Amino acid sequence: MNKSRSIQRKQQRAGWFFLAPATLLIFVMSFWPMIQAFIMSLQTGSAANMKWQEPLFKNYLRVQKDQLFQLSMRNTFMYLLIEVPIMLILAILLAQILNNKDLKFRGAFRTMVFMPCAISLVSYALIFKSLFATQGLINTVLMNLGLISENINWLGTTSTARAVIIIGLIWRWTGYNMVFYLAGLQNIEYSVYEAAKIDGANGWKTFWYITVPLLKPTIVMTAIMSINGTLQLFDESVNLTNGGPANTSMTMSHYIWNQSLGQGVANFGYASALSFIIFIMVGILAFISLKVGDTRD
Amino acid sequence: MTNKKNKSAIQRRLIPSYIFLVIICFISVFPIYWMLTAATNTSYEVSTGKIIFGTYFFENYKGLLERAAASSGATLGKVMGNSFLYASVQTVLCIFICSLAGFGFELYHDKHKDRLFAILLLAMMIPGVATLIPLFRMMSKMKLLSTVFAFFLPGISTPFMIMMFRQNSRNFPVDIMEAARIDGLPEWKIFFQMYMPIMKSTYAAAAVITFMNAWNAYMWPRAVMTDNRAMTMQMLLTNLSNGYTIDYGVLMAGVFFCSVPTMVIFFVLQKQFAEGITGAVK
Repeated sequence: MNKSRSIQRKQQRAGWFFLAPATLLIFVMSFWPMIQAFIMSLQTGSAANMKWQEPLFKNYLRVQKDQLFQLSMRNTFMYLLIEVPIMLILAILLAQILNNKDLKFRGAFRTMVFMPCAISLVSYALIFKSLFATQGLINTVLMNLGLISENINWLGTTSTARAVIIIGLIWRWTGYNMVFYLAGLQNIEYSVYEAAKIDGANGWKTFWYITVPLLKPTIVMTAIMSINGTLQLFDESVNLTNGGPANTSMTMSHYIWNQSLGQGVANFGYASALSFIIFIMVGILAFISLKVGDTRD
Repeated sequence: MTNKKNKSAIQRRLIPSYIFLVIICFISVFPIYWMLTAATNTSYEVSTGKIIFGTYFFENYKGLLERAAASSGATLGKVMGNSFLYASVQTVLCIFICSLAGFGFELYHDKHKDRLFAILLLAMMIPGVATLIPLFRMMSKMKLLSTVFAFFLPGISTPFMIMMFRQNSRNFPVDIMEAARIDGLPEWKIFFQMYMPIMKSTYAAAAVITFMNAWNAYMWPRAVMTDNRAMTMQMLLTNLSNGYTIDYGVLMAGVFFCSVPTMVIFFVLQKQFAEGITGAVK
């Protein structure tokens, strides 16, 4: 009796030993820096010499007057609100179509839709930058089709620069999200669809009344991931438009980068306050998504 | 006979689906195809809308070598080598540390460990830009800037990976673990001799996704790899695209080299890649 208990205790200790390195790393590399970021957000000064702000929340008050940060925040939320719904609906539609067992070339279609994931964020941003350049292919094609009479300065105009970022995001991430839905659909019994067909439900009806409700947990998860990712958007803003024209397509992370490490300003205290605001936004939006996912049952 | 008719009727009803898929697939693949053709054409040809393969690849490649040397003081080979080294080291360490943790959390689980796991999951909500400055200062203080350690330290233990191994460990046959214990096998040997071989496919998926993420990493490397000789491919690409005149042939040749490893992984290990993406959410 005593012996088996001591063996059990030994095993429990072994378990702690196995998870210790990973746990320690997360505490040191995620939680501790987060606490430091909060402390720094109450401070001012250069990297080596940080002093407490007077009043303590001065950095946070400064946000109210910072037009540029507010612009970057509006941009980020605009990307979020336009891109995420279009992308997720497109991804579910594609998954639904590709899940049909009668469809031919399913594997080839799936591979092609998924292919943009093989391209790094910086790479695809530069491909889109080149395609939408003033002398780029998009203008050439539109010109030859007679749709435009002179080249459009896609990346030099606020509205089109934002549109190109959104198009790029949809291009890069739709296949990624589709993979989740395809995995989710595999858990749905095919007989459910057979039954719906016998009951005379058409394609759209089965989509809205069977696929979407059954995929709900997956939809909530992909929504949270997309919201999280979009709020942290950085690579595209830097490489595709460089925030331009005149910072009107800049994202929050890009702005924080410029305030801290990017342009030699080293405004660590203020940048930390801004990053803490993003942290809170991510938390709130994730919480809302989870709640919305729960109550629809 | 009726069966055949039925089949063709089904295919006819699928025509809109086929059209939709062809359009989407064209949009998905065309920019990649265009990048490949642009890498083989002169910048002038690219900007006049040439979309078939040319013969200028070698010149673009030479231009790329020159630009790489001019902007980083390092050869293209060195930059590619950096990216390979960093991504490989991060992959090996990450799957080792996270699989250990997944093993510990699932197969030795009790109330306290489950609670600790829930706390670790919170780290998923922490944005990269929020920990950027404190981590940068940490690396700077420890004199690790521009070393491989600065590259991988924040990335080798992630809640996502731990969760992936923890979820997949549910399929691990516990009976044989008991049998091994009765035979006197110590716990750490159970991990190395039984868990690792049995979980091969999870390791493959985890390795693919970690390597991809590390290869594609951008903000963090740009922050800590301050020495030009420590530059990664992603950073080199940014350098190529800055400046008043962009040589599109050279730029796309750069994108091509940056994409070769990830494209190879995508085509050879697509199944593992897809599993790696969805891995934690079974």
